[in-house]
Parts: sequence; structure tokens; C-alpha cells
Amino acid sequence: MIGNVKIDVRDLNVWFGQNHVLKDITLKIKRNTVTAVMGPSGCGKTTFIRALNRMNELIEGSRTTGEIYIDGKNIYDKETDVYELRKKVGMVFQKPNPFPKSIFDNIAFAPRIHGITDPKTLQEIVERSLKEAALWNEVKDRLKDSALDLSGGQQQRLCIARALAIKPEILLLDEPCSALDPSATAKVETLIRKLAENYTVIIVTHNMQQAARVSDYAAFLYAGKLIEYGGTRQIFENPQNVLTEKYITGKFG
Amino acid sequence: MESCTNVPRAQEWIIEKLLFLCALISVFTMFAILAMLLFGAISFFQEVSIIEFFTGTKWTPLFKPQHFGILPLLWGTLLVTIIALGVAVPLGLGSAILLSEYAPEQVRKIIKPVLEIMVGIPTVVYGYFALTFVTPILQVVFPETSVFNALSAGIVMGIMITPMVSSLSEDAMLAVPQSLREAAYGLGARKHEVALRVVLPSAFSGVVASIILAMSRAIGETMIVSIAAGSTPKLTLNPLEGIQTMTAYITQISLGEAPFGSLEYRTIFSVGLTLFLIVFAVNLIGHWMARRYWRQY
Repeated sequence: MIGNVKIDVRDLNVWFGQNHVLKDITLKIKRNTVTAVMGPSGCGKTTFIRALNRMNELIEGSRTTGEIYIDGKNIYDKETDVYELRKKVGMVFQKPNPFPKSIFDNIAFAPRIHGITDPKTLQEIVERSLKEAALWNEVKDRLKDSALDLSGGQQQRLCIARALAIKPEILLLDEPCSALDPSATAKVETLIRKLAENYTVIIVTHNMQQAARVSDYAAFLYAGKLIEYGGTRQIFENPQNVLTEKYITGKFG
Repeated sequence: MESCTNVPRAQEWIIEKLLFLCALISVFTMFAILAMLLFGAISFFQEVSIIEFFTGTKWTPLFKPQHFGILPLLWGTLLVTIIALGVAVPLGLGSAILLSEYAPEQVRKIIKPVLEIMVGIPTVVYGYFALTFVTPILQVVFPETSVFNALSAGIVMGIMITPMVSSLSEDAMLAVPQSLREAAYGLGARKHEVALRVVLPSAFSGVVASIILAMSRAIGETMIVSIAAGSTPKLTLNPLEGIQTMTAYITQISLGEAPFGSLEYRTIFSVGLTLFLIVFAVNLIGHWMARRYWRQY
């Protein structure tokens, strides 16, 4: 696994004010895999993935210690440009949050702020991203329409396409299906499997079937601690920790 | 038992009727104003052609030969309003963005009350500020500046309406969901890109509403222009000259420049009606835009 490590988290601790949300998290995540982060509400799943693109900093009173190496570079180093980091580590949120702009302008937003102005290049990026997010066929004739006119499932795939537009290397998905119906969920799950060919995907999920379906590796967090981490099959079939076992058999959570 | 329930019920009845009366008085006043303007204007237009009134380029009701073309007054109002918006839009939007996106709590705690105090300053004070402070400065920069001029009044009026633009725009920006800011930050946007490319466009119709409502305030503003802009109705593009606005003209006549009931006197109804209709239309558009915005989220 060593040569294939994309993300290396060491002794990660996060506080919000007095609240110690993540405690001594240490784990390595492999390139081009899907890793599911599971655990009951409030266990720190979302805080964990938001530590990977330093989004926790936007919350007043947050404090982070420890190191996270991405491709061998500590993203909590003083020299790290957090805006460049977020370009490399894309994020999709729990609730679809398209900008109140056209479908085209949503996808073109990030390329534009990162300096791409040529209309032809933008057109190509929009098409590629929408195809990658399996949305192109549904919206190709209405790129000028407002993104808010799309259905919830389409909006979420649009948000994925928007994140893919700047070719991130890592994609963080924060319960991307929690606001979607089963058929939209199935589409997004198929998409996640496909994305792992080119991206390192980390998905927070509440839904254990979903974790089992989409992920290669799974991490189980409980009360801010990493309880168990390993191959998804192993975690589901042969959990080592009694808490993990209780959680995946639905005894709590 | 019966008396116990009847007394509160009677009380309730009286209170309800009293409240209704209060509301009725405002509505009645509004119709009374409109009727007064209409009757005055109708009697004015029996002597002066309505076409001359709206197309004439000279306004000289107080000396011979009399001309009743409202365009110079309309232009005066428009010129001062444009200058005021030129000041208030950048200042107001700037402080709204500062307050909603940048300022930490301590800074907000200072700036918000200052803006609120500015709203409470009597307009006559703004008027003298324009005449005795801003105009002398303008005269240093542009020596040809008249004592009474549109620019000074416009600038100070702009400062006066800045808090309106900033407070309504800030409300609109604060209403932009946090999830949109996070989406932008998640894509590597910098703070100013989030503010200018996400928050401002998302709050656009709320911001436009704030500007339009401030504009209606500027059109109706009377004291500053009466004191500092002059009383010479003129179709000029030069803001350093004196002009006269519709409101300043009405003040001038109301203060006794023309004999009560004369044709000259009745001009204030036709000018007043014109002003009323403009402000009414602008307000209507502003409130419509504001409502449309608040429905969005």
C-alpha cells in the first residue's frame, strides 16, 4: 500500500471551541479507491472529510492539530495555499447546493475563477464534466436554463460535475444521497464507482448498504475516535471491534 | 357569569374598532393628498396646456414671459438623483459586502450603529453640511463652482441614502444561504470571489430593490436641494451650476413666493402630482423587486 498512499492522516485532532470533535485520527487512504466513512450522527464524519480540504477553518473557533499529507505534502503546513488545496480536493455537500445561475455557469464557475476565459475551452470543460457526472444527456439542450430548475438528483450530479470541472485528484462526498430518492441514489452510486477509476473518493454515509455497495475501504468513527478501518468486506463480514459490529448490525446509530 | 364574559368582549370590540380607525386615517390621508393634488392640477391644466407642461424646456412661472415647461425641474431632480446614486451605490454596496462577508463581530458592532445614526441626522443638517462644507471644498478643486450647485447637493444626498442601500443590501446578502458560500470555497474560491461572484449575484434582486428604494428617497428629498442646489431651473449637464429640483421649487412657492390661489401658486399642484406619480412608480417597482427576492429563499 505504501507507494499507493494518496492521503496520510497522522494524529488529527479538531476542536470547535471547547468541543473536542476528532481525537487522534491516524489512517492512510489509497489512490483511486472509494473509502466510506461511517458512524452515528455527531461522531465527526463530516468534520473528518472537511479537515481534508481545510473547510473547518471557515467555522469560527475551530482548531486543528496533527498532519495530513496529500502526495507527501502536509496540507497544514504554513506554506500550503489553501485555495490551491481546495482546487485539488473537490467537495460535494449533503444538500445539493447549485448556484442560482445557469447549468453552464455552475460548471464554468471554478474554471473561470482559476483563470480560464476562452469560451471554447469552457464549453469543452462543461461537456466533459457533465458527461463524467452522467448528466450530459439529460441537460445538453438546456445548458442556459437555471440549475434550480433541475430535480434534486440532477442537482446533486450537477454539483459533482461542478467539482470535477477543475479536475480535482480527490473528491469528498458528504452524504451525497441523503436528500435523494432511491432511483436518484442508484444513479449517484453507479457514478461514484465509476469515478474511482480516476479519482480518490471519500464518502461520508449513514447508510450501511450504501457503504457496502460503493466502497473499497471503510472507516468506522465513534465519538470522535477511529474505531476500525480496513477493507469494506472485512469490516462488514468480520468486524474486529464490538462497537463496529453493533453499528453494522443496527444495534445503535 | 354573563357579565364576566361581556365586559372583555365589549373591550375587544372597542379596541378592534379603534385600531381600524387608526388604519383608516392613514388610508384617508393618502386619498386626501391625491385628491388635493388632482384638483389643484386640474385647475392648473385648464389654463396651461398639458403638452406645454411636459415638453416645454423653460420654467419661469414667476416672471414674464411665463413658461410652464417642467423639463428643467425634472432634469434637476434627475441630475441630483444620479449624482446621489453615484455616491450611494458604491459606498452602500461596499459597506454591505464588508458587513456581511468580511467584518468580524467587533467591526460590525461599530459600523452598524454609525450607519443607523446617519439615518437619524435631520436633513436640514445635511443641507448645511453641503452648503458650508462640501461646496467650499468643490470650489477649491473646481474654481468655477457656483455657491449653489447640483454636485454638492448630490454628493451629500448620496451620503444620506448610503445607509438605506447598505442596510437593505446587507439583509439581502445575509439571506444568501451559507451552503452557496461553502460550495464556492470548496471549489477553491477566494474570499472576494465568493463575495463578488456568488453572494452579490445571488442577492442581486434584493440589492436592486435597495437601490430603487434609496432612489425614491433621493427623488423626494427636499431640504438638501433647497439649501444647497439653488433655485434656477436649468437644463444643464454641468453639475457645478445651480439648478432647481421639483421638491425645491414646491418649497420655494409654498414659502410665499407667489400669491395664494394664483396660477403661479397652482403650479405646485401640477409639479407635486408629477413628483408623486414618479415616486409612487419607483416605490412600486422597488417593493415588487424586494418581494420577488424574499420569495426566492
